[in-house]
Amino acid sequence: MTTERRSSAATDVDLDDAELDRQLDRTWAGRTSFWGAIAAVDHKVIARRYIVTAFVFLILGGMLALAMRIQLAQPEARFINADRYNQIFTMHGSNMMFLFAVPVMEAMAVYLVPLMVGTRNIAFPRLNAFSYWVFLAGGILLWISFALDTAPDVGWFAYVPLSGPEYGSGKRADVWAQMITFTELSALAVAVEIVVTVLKQRAPGMSLDRIPLLVWSMLVMAFVVIMAMPAIMFESSTLIMDRLVGTQFYNPAEGGDVLLWQHLFWFFGHPEVYIIFLPAVGMVSTILPTFVQRPIFGYLPVVMALIATGVLAFGLWVHHMFVIGLPRLAESFFTASSMAIAIPAGVQIFCWLATLWAGRPIFKTPLLFVIGFIITFVIGGLTGVMVASVPFDAQVHDTYFVVAHFHYVLIGGAVFPLIAGIYYWFPKMTGRMMSERLGQWSFWLIFVGFNLTFFPMHILGLQGMPRRIYTYQPEMPWGGLNLFISLSAVILFSGFLVFFIDVARSWSAGRPAGQNPWNASTLEWAMNSPPPPYNFRRIPVVDARDPLWCGSDELPVASGLRTDRRELLISSVVEALPEARESSPRDSVWPFWAAIATSIMLIWSIFSPWAIVWGSIPIAITLIGWFWPKGIAEDES
Amino acid sequence: MKEQPVLDVSKLPLHGMGIASPAWWGTCTFMLIEGSAFGLAIAVYFYLMSLAPHWPPDVPPPDLFAGTCLTVLLLASVVPNVLVSRWAQQRKLGKVRIGLVVMSLCGIAPLALRIFEFPAQHVNWDESAYGSIVWTILGLHTVHIITDLIDTLVLACLMFTRHGDNTRRYGDVEDNALYWNFVVIAWLPLYACIYWVPRL
Ligand code: HEM
Ligand SMILES: [Cu+2]
Repeated sequence: MTTERRSSAATDVDLDDAELDRQLDRTWAGRTSFWGAIAAVDHKVIARRYIVTAFVFLILGGMLALAMRIQLAQPEARFINADRYNQIFTMHGSNMMFLFAVPVMEAMAVYLVPLMVGTRNIAFPRLNAFSYWVFLAGGILLWISFALDTAPDVGWFAYVPLSGPEYGSGKRADVWAQMITFTELSALAVAVEIVVTVLKQRAPGMSLDRIPLLVWSMLVMAFVVIMAMPAIMFESSTLIMDRLVGTQFYNPAEGGDVLLWQHLFWFFGHPEVYIIFLPAVGMVSTILPTFVQRPIFGYLPVVMALIATGVLAFGLWVHHMFVIGLPRLAESFFTASSMAIAIPAGVQIFCWLATLWAGRPIFKTPLLFVIGFIITFVIGGLTGVMVASVPFDAQVHDTYFVVAHFHYVLIGGAVFPLIAGIYYWFPKMTGRMMSERLGQWSFWLIFVGFNLTFFPMHILGLQGMPRRIYTYQPEMPWGGLNLFISLSAVILFSGFLVFFIDVARSWSAGRPAGQNPWNASTLEWAMNSPPPPYNFRRIPVVDARDPLWCGSDELPVASGLRTDRRELLISSVVEALPEARESSPRDSVWPFWAAIATSIMLIWSIFSPWAIVWGSIPIAITLIGWFWPKGIAEDES
Repeated sequence: MKEQPVLDVSKLPLHGMGIASPAWWGTCTFMLIEGSAFGLAIAVYFYLMSLAPHWPPDVPPPDLFAGTCLTVLLLASVVPNVLVSRWAQQRKLGKVRIGLVVMSLCGIAPLALRIFEFPAQHVNWDESAYGSIVWTILGLHTVHIITDLIDTLVLACLMFTRHGDNTRRYGDVEDNALYWNFVVIAWLPLYACIYWVPRL
């Protein structure tokens, strides 16, 4: 119906680069006012907010860890009382998992995936903005409740009956449950965007076997989110219902079951680990080739390993429940499956080592963190295989051995690659290099501090020190090691401090980075740093797995997109053949209002079930405002 | 880097339909999420059943009438739903308008029947875990009917405005129809679970 207009519309054909940049900028750039910032839908802007917010939560969670270490440094310390300590370890765990680790990994995907697949914005950019505001509201909810002394105190997995109506007093457990709803809602939204961006918005020619490994890992992660997160949303909602309107899901007296909670939680909780870990290995597989200047060894096995990890992740959850007394056969099955997950992990490790072996490594900070990751992760994996065996687990369950194990996999397996990723992509995101000298300092402080802090916890656990205790008696043989751990934690924290100082300094005063400072091979390095609002002046056409390593200094591109509306290319799922030009939504404040309305409904529903009814009306109104067509060029078809 | 145009995309349509539309894929992904949630609810149902000495515990099985009528109604609504989708594909504005009005009614009628389904369970949500899970399943599915109903109503209004005659809108209508099919199909295992498993 609008075919006639097609010929008259402005396209990028016959424009020189400067004029094209100018026109694209006019169409894609957001306004710089306050409301312009609220309305932003540029994936890079949203991702930057996500990353900064998540790192603020890392710092806050780190302060809680510091507080715990001060308290535990000596027996019978009086620094924190028992009730506060319960809140603190619950806050630390929930904050780190739900407000830092998962969001920061998804945020990296939101920033990098559209650039790496060669498109101009993420799919459903308004949903993306919405997800950020919802995530922020969930974080604020949790931290305000902590300031008001009503923070959850039931552990990061909030087992019933402790968190149920009988024992969980006040609104503490409800705050935990609703914080979950907030963060999982935002995580699910981002997962949908990633799936559609990867499947439908890849640059022409980027067939499935040419997708960068980071993008593969983010795609698998997004599917794991989609399958796993509904479990915890179901669980947090039923917990609130048990507490508010008297449903009986977790009450054994009325046919409910407390173990149902554990099953549901770990059906989500184990995949959660891979939601954090898969993006991390994707970063490793991307960074490593750059610093040895050769393609990854074994692209196909690595992709297979990523997918296998995602699938196997759903067959392991019972290994968190070995001490509840399961049938023998079930125990053996879950032991076997837990050990089987070592196979895809092993495949990837061998591919990385082979890549390192075959190339000439350049030991810059990102590579140091990657190597630190490989070492630490192998240790964490070994203790993982240990606790996968039922008799051993029965011995160390709920002791500091487990605390040591999961920090090895979480910090070693995810935070190290993340910091490597920050050093690696910071030049792209800000246009400036981070300091190599401070980078080396922060690496050695973090690596040494980390091992000195967490390795002794294995021993404490074997000596029988339970986790989640706010103090211990002087007669116990734990005092010396605890003091040692607390002092080592100071080294670890100073390493993080150096890292944050480096970030702050480099952001304003770092050396200009240029387009491709590491001589990397993937598409995000094909444009200026930081990228313009439209990412690519012209959408690239891909004919190789490492498009920037083809030996030519020309980038093949597609032409013919319009410049008078936000337009990008849709391509087919398998071969990425172009199918359509599609518009990408403009900035809008509606996602912000929708998030506000959603937050009001969710928080209100902690107090009254009627919130679901009345609170949904403003949500519906904001959603209609969001989707109602505005008769602009983006609406043409 | 210097750019070398090798591909001209100016002849491509300004909006993709069906599998060339991101909205279609978004709808499918949402269905995957919702489908996981329904699957989970069924798993919880069976888990609780496996623990109980009798099922349903101390109450008769739910009355079939309201639930079965609703099931028949939902299945029947698939016919106009598929027609609307086809008309949207053919961009027949008049027929799509009528179809959406019909589909709005097809969304309201099951809600009326749903009101009678809750008492037909012979148990309240707070009386036992059995009551909790059947009320939750019914509630969860009702939320889906309501969501799709609102979507249909808004689309129906939209099609009567100047924004209606647009490929993009026809795509929305198709996606909405797809989602309604999902709401209907998802109901079938839930129906079997709530009404027939207790009779086994
Ligand atoms: C920055 C250095 C960190 C230190 C010194 C630290 C220290 C601790 C300590 C001492 C505990 C045990 C508390 C207790 O059982 O009494 C703990 C628990 C925990 N930590 Fe960390 N942690 C750090 C970073 C992280 C990170 C980055 C994550 C996740 C990505 C994380 C996740 C957890 C979780 C999930 C728990 C369990 C909380 C619970 O028992 O409910 N930690 N941490
Ligand atoms: Cu696990």
